[in-house]
Amino acid sequence: MPGSNRSAGDSAAGRAEVAPPAPRSTPSRRRPPLSLRATRRLWLIVFLAPATALFAIFVTYPILSALAFSLYAWEGIGRRGFVGLANFARLFATFPYSQLLGNAFWHNVLVFGVTMVVQNGAALALALLLARSPRGAKIYRVIFFLPVTLSLVIVGFLWALFLNPVFGIVNRLLAGAGLGAWARPWLGDPATALLTLTLINAWRWLGFPTIVFLAGINAVPEEYLEAGRIDGATEWQLTRHVIFPLLAPAVTIIVLLTFIGSFNWFELPYVVQGVSGGPNRSTDVLSLFFYRLAFGEVDTGLQDIGIGSAIAVLMFLVLVTVSALAAVLLRRREVELA
Amino acid sequence: MRRRWLVGLVVLLLVATLYPASARGQGAVRLTFWSWRTEDKWAYDRMIRVFEQRNPGIRVEFVPFRQTEYNTILSSALTAGRGPDIIHLRAYGGLETFAAPGFIEPLTFEQVPELRTFSRQMLEGARGRKDGKLYGVPFASQTIVIYYNKKLFAQAGVGVPKSWDEFLAVAKTLKDKGILPFANGGKEGWTLEVMSGAILPNFYGGTTFFDAVMAGHTSFKDPAYTGALARMLELRPYLHPNFMGVDYATMQQLFLNEQAAMFIGGSWEIGFFKAQNRNLEFDVFAAPPPKAGQVPWVSSFNDGNYGVNAKTAYKDAAIKFIRFTATREFGQMFTDLLAQMSAVPGVVIKDPVLKHVQEMNRKATPYIMLVGFRWQAPTGSTLLQSALQAMMAGQKTPEQVGDEVTRGLSAWFEPFRGR
Repeated sequence: MPGSNRSAGDSAAGRAEVAPPAPRSTPSRRRPPLSLRATRRLWLIVFLAPATALFAIFVTYPILSALAFSLYAWEGIGRRGFVGLANFARLFATFPYSQLLGNAFWHNVLVFGVTMVVQNGAALALALLLARSPRGAKIYRVIFFLPVTLSLVIVGFLWALFLNPVFGIVNRLLAGAGLGAWARPWLGDPATALLTLTLINAWRWLGFPTIVFLAGINAVPEEYLEAGRIDGATEWQLTRHVIFPLLAPAVTIIVLLTFIGSFNWFELPYVVQGVSGGPNRSTDVLSLFFYRLAFGEVDTGLQDIGIGSAIAVLMFLVLVTVSALAAVLLRRREVELA
Repeated sequence: MRRRWLVGLVVLLLVATLYPASARGQGAVRLTFWSWRTEDKWAYDRMIRVFEQRNPGIRVEFVPFRQTEYNTILSSALTAGRGPDIIHLRAYGGLETFAAPGFIEPLTFEQVPELRTFSRQMLEGARGRKDGKLYGVPFASQTIVIYYNKKLFAQAGVGVPKSWDEFLAVAKTLKDKGILPFANGGKEGWTLEVMSGAILPNFYGGTTFFDAVMAGHTSFKDPAYTGALARMLELRPYLHPNFMGVDYATMQQLFLNEQAAMFIGGSWEIGFFKAQNRNLEFDVFAAPPPKAGQVPWVSSFNDGNYGVNAKTAYKDAAIKFIRFTATREFGQMFTDLLAQMSAVPGVVIKDPVLKHVQEMNRKATPYIMLVGFRWQAPTGSTLLQSALQAMMAGQKTPEQVGDEVTRGLSAWFEPFRGR
């Protein structure tokens, strides 16, 4: 393999020297030149090989092995006989797994919904504002993007501190503002924990969709807007009928990424609430549920790799199906509108 | 040029993988010892040095990992046919996970004669449930107790309560004097399980109930159990107003900073409390029984074991080390250095607080979910922890908790089927 790569590299380098203005007029050196298509193909292989190899080792292989694991019986961490779909049956039919699965799935849906409305809605509004280049737009852009550059672990740790009912500043600020009655165990109350986590996540990510939307808005050709203005369109009409349709590709990307992010959501709930998705499973999401079963709760350490793998397979199926469908549907809209 | 570099790399890799094999030929045996006790490394290093002096030619390296990652790291290593020679293992179900698939070397009384002297309760935590074989040397026993701040108690003019009613009265007096009675919170479910381990046994009847439930004569729906759960709710007014958001670290801080008068927790905190605040004057008492004059039950359990990797290349040396951990000399060092109750019989306890813990253990009952119901998933602990969070947050009744735990356990605990 290295040998073939090298020859491809050399010949291509040779070609570049020969240069475009006089194609093939000067006979190349001793070696017969590869055809243009062959060279291109070789280059494609050279550039794609590392990524493909990494993808195969770290993505394809684990997915396939999870699929295989889900079809076996497990004793602790030792693999036993082939059991077909028994793990899936166990997951769907036995208490408490059946209930926990639905509970975690519903939380993923909630996280997606709230993130779409709060985070992406706010991001769109901010992008529209920033696109008008108010004074200090550049500084605001940096400020909004800043949390995205912070590690999620740090974000989780900081907010857990802010929201600590004893030492945290949030309840203290509320008390200071005369709203002491509003103080509550934000992350410890099953009624507020998931929403609080989702909002922390939105705070962390806000800058990302903002920048994507802003780039989309800035890419709208100025002539379109001018034409609209000459026709007497209001600012809202311009936004609604010129900018929004042309923003469709950015929306597609953000919706897909939000969906994938919400259904793979793991880091923040793990850092802030731990593997058990507490209190009383109120912040449990599919990834945490998977992790707990496959690797054990911290204090119990009891593993059920079969059922854990079954959840991983289900998650993968949901993600792939919905993402593919959504991509097709959203893309179709783009084509229509463009 | 490039090829030579490649060959060099391959040779280097080969040498690296062969290294342990070639080291075998040279005199000193190097054992690795994995653990989750990062904070105890200094003590283990000292105890290991004593072993190394007695056994020239054997070197032991103590390698601790973060507690939350330990299980994952260990299971990945063991499945890959690697891992350390000596393994710090948990007890009961946590041991079974590794023992049942054959990753741990079973031990016999002939190999480790010292084990004959260990108490039955300690050895139960070192046995495989399936085959009944011993898989390790128990290192410590833990007891669930109630810590109290002597200064704050004196300040409020209260003493150690002798009965449940007195207990509530003490809590009320403290609260009236502006002192937070309990540091405990509910953000981490396991701290609530610990709390239940302290409060419940006196009301459900300790070991009698434990034996009955293990034999399947009753379940957690038993009014004796749910009635005991209801007692926990009586403590709610004396916890922090936002206690559901109070996590373990905050609990510890509240007690260490003398902001809370009591802390319901395990005997494993003694060393930590002493190290963190030398001026803290504290002692422990057992959760009070319903009536004054009754001897209270305390929940206790085998904290874990030292085991040998079944695939170790140095079985003899590893077993030699395991035997060392079963000696009174090791047990004494363990207790003195770490302020924990060694599982080795005959160890003399000097620490006054730990001595109280030892005295309470005269009427000890198994810490119910850990000893009895952590053998398969979903474990009794997992089920109880979330249900308790719901109960303390006011979303579930004690009866619903008993119901949910029993129903969840029936997935693998046959006696509960159909209950």
